[in-house]
Amino acid sequence: MEERRHTSLHYEMELQEIKNSLIYLGALTEKAIQLAMKSLTQRNTDLANQVIRDDDEIDKMDTEIEERCIKILALRQPAAIDLRFITTAIKITGHLERIGDMAVNIAEKAIQLNEEPQLKPYIDLPRMSGLVEEMIKNALDAMIKGDLQTAEKVRETEEAVDNLNEQIFRELLTFMMEDSKNIHRSLLVMHVSKNLERIADHAKGIADMVTYMVTGENVRHRPQN
Amino acid sequence: MVVMGGKEIIQLDDVNFYYGECRALSNISMKFVKNKVTALIGPSGCGKSTLLRVLNRMNDLIDGTKVEGKIFFEGKNIYAPDVDPVEIRRKIGMVFQKPNPFPKTIYNNISYGPKLAGLGVEDMDTLVEQSLRQAVLWDEVKNILNKSAMNLSGGQQQRLCIARALAMKPDVLLMDEPTSALDPISTAKIEELIEALKKDYTIIIVTHNMQQAARISDETAFFYMGNLIEYNKTEKIFTNPDMKQTEDYITGRFG
Repeated sequence: MEERRHTSLHYEMELQEIKNSLIYLGALTEKAIQLAMKSLTQRNTDLANQVIRDDDEIDKMDTEIEERCIKILALRQPAAIDLRFITTAIKITGHLERIGDMAVNIAEKAIQLNEEPQLKPYIDLPRMSGLVEEMIKNALDAMIKGDLQTAEKVRETEEAVDNLNEQIFRELLTFMMEDSKNIHRSLLVMHVSKNLERIADHAKGIADMVTYMVTGENVRHRPQN
Repeated sequence: MVVMGGKEIIQLDDVNFYYGECRALSNISMKFVKNKVTALIGPSGCGKSTLLRVLNRMNDLIDGTKVEGKIFFEGKNIYAPDVDPVEIRRKIGMVFQKPNPFPKTIYNNISYGPKLAGLGVEDMDTLVEQSLRQAVLWDEVKNILNKSAMNLSGGQQQRLCIARALAMKPDVLLMDEPTSALDPISTAKIEELIEALKKDYTIIIVTHNMQQAARISDETAFFYMGNLIEYNKTEKIFTNPDMKQTEDYITGRFG
């Protein structure tokens, strides 16, 4: 559906800038997850420290986007699709900021894990992080295009991530039962997996807000089949 | 036909309206619900003020106009030959954009209408006080009732005009941009008044101020080029309208 432009080009630009900033913030969080995972799989603590440092930029961006949204609410009194977009943007930036924090959590666990011998080869965790990065990308893509199908795809992927998390949990249990010396490292790896699973929840939250933005229908607390 | 919940007081049935050859309203069918505030919105020339004036036969006063279709007020067609338009205008009062008090005392502004209409008011003082209280003006003018209404501020004059309309004991109040000439404080007072009045009256208001429509109305009707495009709960219109044209208008994507 072709969107008509606002009579006020400044308003049009302000809305576009918020969209651009959300995309940029999304890219920052994806990069943070990638680096955090790389620091784990390549046992490179420098990368983990970079993730922790770079989180300031994510926090700054989040504050900036929220301020811009509040300014539009106060000065432009948006209605209908614009109102739904602004409320969605405020929620999305909150989700992305939390995703950044979780990348930091992963980096912190990576630093600890890198100080001990590797417990096991990382196979499922990189698969999981690949899925969650795709979810974030798709969720933001859905926002830009107002694409409900892509938003639905994000929700579907969340289930796959949940399943991987369960699987990793069970596998780590066996390691812990085998040898109590494995417990500490197993718990750290479990933290990583849990954080990825929660990132997927946030990506799903973004997709749910996109559905609200497009249809006006709140699907966040829809019972799952 | 758009139907809202609640008891209807005015019903339009396939109404067309012409200024000479020019059709200003096309096939309007809608119902206005009793004790609700309905806002009519749309760009200039969309027909919303014309519609307002059709509802109490004010357009009769303009030469070369023609109405087709039926408009029922409490079940009776107000354009039927045996209907007295003056009587209709008593029951369906009107407040205009610019405050237009009579160049008389505050008291006489209120009493003039009922006297002229021969309402046979036994206690005029009570009616004047009642009307001014309803318009939330009493406390400000109770000691200056014999002063000229022209000395009041714009906001006070507009509330006096509302009091004057209420003195005729109407069922419906039509308001044509009643706050567009007022400052924000007077506007807020009128808006507060409108919300209080809907307990006893049905209010239909034309406004160019979209936020005002959003703030005070229960239902909103969007008109464009003489057509009723969308008519729905105000909350629905301003958060998720059904029609693209409505959305373009209320979000500022027009022209």
